[in-house]
Amino acid sequence: MALLEIERLEIGFGGLAAVRGASFAVDKGETHCLVGESGCGKSVTALAVMGLLAPTATRKAAGLRFDGQDLSGLSEREMSRLRGDRMAMIFQEPMTSLNPAYTVGSQMAEVLIRHRGGSKKAALDRAAELLERVRITSPGMRLGQYPHQLSGGLRQRVMIAMALMCGPELLIADEPTTALDVTVQAQILKLLDELQRELGLAILLITHDLGIVARVAHRVSVMYAGEVVETAPVAELFGAPTHPYTRGLLSCVPVPGKIAPGEPLGSIPGIVPRVGHGFTGCAFRQRCDLAGPDCEGTVPRRTLAGDHQYLCLREPTEIARS
Amino acid sequence: MTTNKIGLWLGAVIFVGIGLIALFAPLLAPQDPFQQDLTRRLLPPFWMDGHNPTYLLGTDQLGRDYFSRLIYGARISMMIGILTVIGSGVIGTAIGVVGGFYGGKVDDVVMFAITTRLSIPLILVALAIVSIVGSSTTVVVMTLGLLLWDRFAVVARVATMQVRTQDFVAAAWAAGCSHFHIVLREILPNILAPLAVVTTLEMALAILLEAALSFLGLGVPPPLPSWGLMIAEGKDYMFFSPWVITIPGVALCVLVFGINLLGDGLRDLLRTGRTT
Repeated sequence: MALLEIERLEIGFGGLAAVRGASFAVDKGETHCLVGESGCGKSVTALAVMGLLAPTATRKAAGLRFDGQDLSGLSEREMSRLRGDRMAMIFQEPMTSLNPAYTVGSQMAEVLIRHRGGSKKAALDRAAELLERVRITSPGMRLGQYPHQLSGGLRQRVMIAMALMCGPELLIADEPTTALDVTVQAQILKLLDELQRELGLAILLITHDLGIVARVAHRVSVMYAGEVVETAPVAELFGAPTHPYTRGLLSCVPVPGKIAPGEPLGSIPGIVPRVGHGFTGCAFRQRCDLAGPDCEGTVPRRTLAGDHQYLCLREPTEIARS
Repeated sequence: MTTNKIGLWLGAVIFVGIGLIALFAPLLAPQDPFQQDLTRRLLPPFWMDGHNPTYLLGTDQLGRDYFSRLIYGARISMMIGILTVIGSGVIGTAIGVVGGFYGGKVDDVVMFAITTRLSIPLILVALAIVSIVGSSTTVVVMTLGLLLWDRFAVVARVATMQVRTQDFVAAAWAAGCSHFHIVLREILPNILAPLAVVTTLEMALAILLEAALSFLGLGVPPPLPSWGLMIAEGKDYMFFSPWVITIPGVALCVLVFGINLLGDGLRDLLRTGRTT
């Protein structure tokens, strides 16, 4: 059962089309990874779901549903009631995501009081409980500390705990580990994984790191130039990548055993095109070996067995041969 | 670093010292500052020949104790400085934060208001208002409070624009906070540092403007002992009894100097605090 459904989402910034008809769904209790290069529209998609786009952006969608409820029909007030309560978000940069002017405890308590009311005391108890849950030792002491007294890893844990204050159903994590060093990264990913299993949380994880995807995702959507070009369960995607872009992306990653030492890694020629409004056809065609004149027309979304969708004119067998 | 600290401490000591003098003026003043005695006019201060030990800094042209008047004058300067800054600070910060936070058309209106205000000559407007409504301490405070908000607005606006794009503000939006909440809890506490510096500088400016208005006879009405008014009243006698203008002049200088030192020190302190 899909918790978050996005159908043909379009986001524009002036003449630039940042997202062009992206569609995917996040099921209850799954980790859905959204991967793609910088600037392909991953973060903007997440912000659009939260209703946090800059006022200069335009958002249009055939469907944008959270738990069956149409988000595009909600008022700003109803949206802010949903934000932080049933859907929460954590950001890339933990060093600046906490307000330097208040203690950790007061910031965490505030989220709960804002949505659920209740006493400060009860909220602080809940905050301490969650800090413990994200494996922070001596939570009582941490609650009284200011953000500058915490390390990056600790701050990201605090951000996660803060996002969990109201017991959300959906957690959007926008590159939550990019700014952290590798050992801390592993801890945070493990933590997210555990929390998800314990709390039945759905996580939309945005990343450009395929290693992270392989590790935590249940399903993956690959974005390219504002479109979701392929969606598949994680094993399917790594085992049988179908869209030429996904195949190119995976060939860029060194896999021990698959690639002999000294052998050059794959690369994708060209750069991501800047796509304006009214662009038709496949945005990947200039960089694709299989492209033909027909790629300038509309490209259908094809569905393969096992909940595997991709956006290309070519047959999987045809692509696999190349 | 140490020299900055010295400035900060010296400024703080001067400011707090004069503040305390102002607060406890009735206890500190040896004489009644309004008590005239025409038999003892223009007595010299203690370092000159012919001084009277009862009058530490001598007397003015009406025989009032100059030391007591100086102490009561600190009250006027401090009160006008503080009240003006409260008024203009609230106005300026509100305008600046709204402009910086909402941007776009709202910001255009705010910028227009700021440029309009900057194109108004302060003294001229103050003169016009005082000549219409008459002079009193309240009028001076109101006039200066309504005129001196421009620097607060400029600084608050820019600081708000910087803070607005910080991740913790985005996180607050994502946590479902309202506009009001974000301005009050996320933005304001984080722009207080630059505003504190502006506050000290504007206070010094307000005190000087009050002195200027009083000197022109449009500020605090006599017989109140404003330092500016004391200079104005003494200027006819300055060739014979120069101390009557030197003493309040020095007091004014020391206070404004102290406040400026405090402001500079605060600015350096907050700036270095930010980089750590």
